[in-house]
Amino acid sequence: MKTIRKSLTELHTLLVNKEISSVELTGEYLDHISEFEPRIRAFITVTAEKALARAKKIDQKIAQGESIGPLAGIPMALKDNLCTEEVATTCASQMLRGFIPPYNATVAARLEAAGAVLVGKLNMDEFAMGSTTESSAIFLTANPWDLSRVPGGSSGGSAASVAAGEVPYSLGSDTGGSIRQPAAFCGVVGLKPTYGAVSRYGLVAFASSLDQVGPLTRTVRDNALVLNAIAGYDVLDSTSVPFNKPDYTHFLENNVKGLKIGVPKEFFEHGLKPEVAEVIQRAIKTYEQLGAEIEECSLPHMEYVLPAYHVISTAECSSNLARYDGVSYGYRAEAEEMIDMCETTRAKAFGPEVKRRMLFGTYALSSGNYEAYYVKAQKVRTLIKQDFAQALAKYHVLLSPTTPTVAYKIGEISEPVACYMGDVYTIPVNLAGLPAISIPAGFVDNMPVGLQLIGNYFAEGLLYRAAYAFEQNTGYYQEIPALLREAE
Amino acid sequence: MSYQDKYEMVCGVETHVELATKTKIFCGCTTEFGGEQNTHVCPVCLGLPGTLPVLNREAVNLAIKAGLALNCEIAEFTKFDRKNYFYPDLSKNYQTSQYDLPICKNGRLEIVVNGESKTIGITRAHMEEDAGKLVHSGESITTSDSSYVDYNRAGVPLLEIVSEPDMRTVDEVIAYLQELVQILDYAGVSDCKMEQGSVRFDVNVSLRPLGSRELGTRTEIKNLNSFTAVRRCLEYETERQAEVLNEGEKVIQETRTWDESQGVTLSLRTKEEAHDYRYFPEADLVPLKIDREWVERIRATLPELPAAKRERLKTLGLSVYEAGVLTSSKAMADYFDQVMQKYADAKIVANWIMGDLSALLKANNRSFEDCPVKPYQLADMLKLLKKGEISGKIAKTVLEEIYTSGKDPAVIVKEKGLVQISDQDALEKIITEVLVQNPKSVADYKGGKEKAFGFLVGQVMKATKGKANPELVNKILKEKL
Ligand SMILES: [Zn+2]
Repeated sequence: MKTIRKSLTELHTLLVNKEISSVELTGEYLDHISEFEPRIRAFITVTAEKALARAKKIDQKIAQGESIGPLAGIPMALKDNLCTEEVATTCASQMLRGFIPPYNATVAARLEAAGAVLVGKLNMDEFAMGSTTESSAIFLTANPWDLSRVPGGSSGGSAASVAAGEVPYSLGSDTGGSIRQPAAFCGVVGLKPTYGAVSRYGLVAFASSLDQVGPLTRTVRDNALVLNAIAGYDVLDSTSVPFNKPDYTHFLENNVKGLKIGVPKEFFEHGLKPEVAEVIQRAIKTYEQLGAEIEECSLPHMEYVLPAYHVISTAECSSNLARYDGVSYGYRAEAEEMIDMCETTRAKAFGPEVKRRMLFGTYALSSGNYEAYYVKAQKVRTLIKQDFAQALAKYHVLLSPTTPTVAYKIGEISEPVACYMGDVYTIPVNLAGLPAISIPAGFVDNMPVGLQLIGNYFAEGLLYRAAYAFEQNTGYYQEIPALLREAE
Repeated sequence: MSYQDKYEMVCGVETHVELATKTKIFCGCTTEFGGEQNTHVCPVCLGLPGTLPVLNREAVNLAIKAGLALNCEIAEFTKFDRKNYFYPDLSKNYQTSQYDLPICKNGRLEIVVNGESKTIGITRAHMEEDAGKLVHSGESITTSDSSYVDYNRAGVPLLEIVSEPDMRTVDEVIAYLQELVQILDYAGVSDCKMEQGSVRFDVNVSLRPLGSRELGTRTEIKNLNSFTAVRRCLEYETERQAEVLNEGEKVIQETRTWDESQGVTLSLRTKEEAHDYRYFPEADLVPLKIDREWVERIRATLPELPAAKRERLKTLGLSVYEAGVLTSSKAMADYFDQVMQKYADAKIVANWIMGDLSALLKANNRSFEDCPVKPYQLADMLKLLKKGEISGKIAKTVLEEIYTSGKDPAVIVKEKGLVQISDQDALEKIITEVLVQNPKSVADYKGGKEKAFGFLVGQVMKATKGKANPELVNKILKEKL
């Protein structure tokens, strides 16, 4: 396997120079997937045949001398909550077993238009609800750095597949940290774009006002290349924003001189493991050495983040998931009466975490509770936005750990609330709708630690610049799991 | 005994009208009525996972137009909310609707009952999507082995117009509904095709002792689809509530349904069993800012509304009755105006439209919307009549001929030789002949039998196949006799 550590730019050059064909490249990745999947289990579906057919088409283009884009002919995989035409989309739930969408998510369509080669669909927490991928109804995914650990979640398959070299990049979705946390746990780069920067059309909704699709890659440059392809206004998503989309790779300069970085002190509380804190402190030093101006700052309303997030996200999910009733697609339980059929279907096909959240959300929206929960949570959300607005008026980016700990052991987190606590640094970003990136910042006991950078609305470029300088000056991205070293 | 001896009715109505857009409110599917089951559908209106709504601007335009026609305030900021409830005809198990910030509020309209006019308040009007339709294998849901869902209707834009509880008699309710439907029809907001279910009514009704100012407990009767159904339902429900009260019992606050075949209302669910709809903002759509320019743009497209039109027709010398009939549908009123542009005698135009033409349409089960006689053709015919080129009797024949053949009146008159004979010499010759052939009648007339004159006129008409100018015939006959 000579390609797994190559960047998208390198792979593109190989293709353009005809040193390798897309069919060969796709074949190599498919072989690698076959070899690693028994241990990693990141893929719910592998679309080998379709992928090779697609690769062949790209090869024809190259043979005819057509110019190809930077992602053309290169394999990738999508989280299994992104609808793919004629390819099963399960959300890792029994409920959507056998559901084959008749349409592509906008991001899938855009990648297809860019010539990307879909090799499969990736495991996740059921309906994206969870932080370990353990709530998947299909199987557990292992962390490539330590197979006894979780890859994080909910985009666990997306992070694990990239970390294991099964694909050069993947897409995930992030509602409360679901791209950044698994990216941190698996030592890859994960971006949650500004709410509205990437279309949600075809992303199976968990919480509409928080969900956002984003790329997971090995390097910052790769990430920018993928964002180039998927970002931008979409008429099919009313919440997508018409904005002037830059070429994000233009921001990649190894220079953070004069960059003002705020470090919110609240992001160093709430159970932050000292070893992780140490890694982040070293990262701060690195930035200082590179000429950035670092200052401690405060986001005073952070203590209300978790309850506000859980009220809003569960309220929205209780309504978004109401459509799964066995009537016209997906799983259906047999029953004598129509209403019984719906009830039994839902009772049987949803897992416990999904049920727990729907119940909570239904409760929060019920008459008599609405004001006390939903309305109050929205007020908190406004306060959190204001906190960020004030901080980002002063600093270009905010810096924090992505998670308080490294990846948990499989089965370690049995208490749901403990699991929610692990998202305490990522959730506020979703509530505010801001962009944030998690990049590899070092290791604790051979497990990756993620550094989170938060920027202003549509300031993904600036995040990339800050992330790129750190990456180039530290080189953690070059570290790979032992598993992969053996394979090489 | 009628409930009115002891009680006063208090009634408000929620009217659901289908907005006349070409496509559904959140997707590009057609709103056309009918069609094979589940052919007017797409992933969005089927509520498939991952799909998102995109608001149809035209639905907003029509909602604003309806609001203006009903003298409502148009919200500067409005949004959509989800109304959550489980039912298989609802593809997402929530209906996208508007809750606390409806697009229109605080409107009113005028009704006239028994010559008295009254203002009925419009509390609000909000946009929402229609649901699909359950199709049962058997007679009804309870007797069926299986049920199917047809989503063709799912996502058709609706406007729900909520009145104040301002109506006190069944006649007032019907007058309100008629006026409301007429206004919406005029404004072009809805086709208002009741037979296709594009208008549906929910009525809220309660009784209170005469003279009382407190409101009684109300019941809501859902899903009435005609004025007749509303009238019969209210007549039944008021008597039912009166009986309950007369027996010293309390009316239960509940939702009821109207059973058309039995002519009764039946309990559907009580207040305790009422749905908790868990309304909350629809995060898949962005709130809508409606600037005043937008409103003014829509206002400029508002046509003359029924009340104004009735007033104008009265100034043309028509009676209240005539003005009422002519404005009963927009198509008829437009037809009248179009004829008037070419032939400006309101009385005569009104007579022909309300009389012969309406009768012709009715006999053929058609309406003014697709009237085969074009307005200019009626005007041309009336001109021929006025000039004396055809008689009134012939005019009726000509009208029928235009109706069936579509030919212009002048062509018909020429082809069929229907031109009235107004030539003095020609008529004199014919009349002389008639007199020669009918000596007895001539003698009778001269002997004082007035009736004989009519007979002789008839004979002249017969001889001319009805084409003789009647006035001229009278004149010449009198001279000759
Ligand atoms: Zn549709």
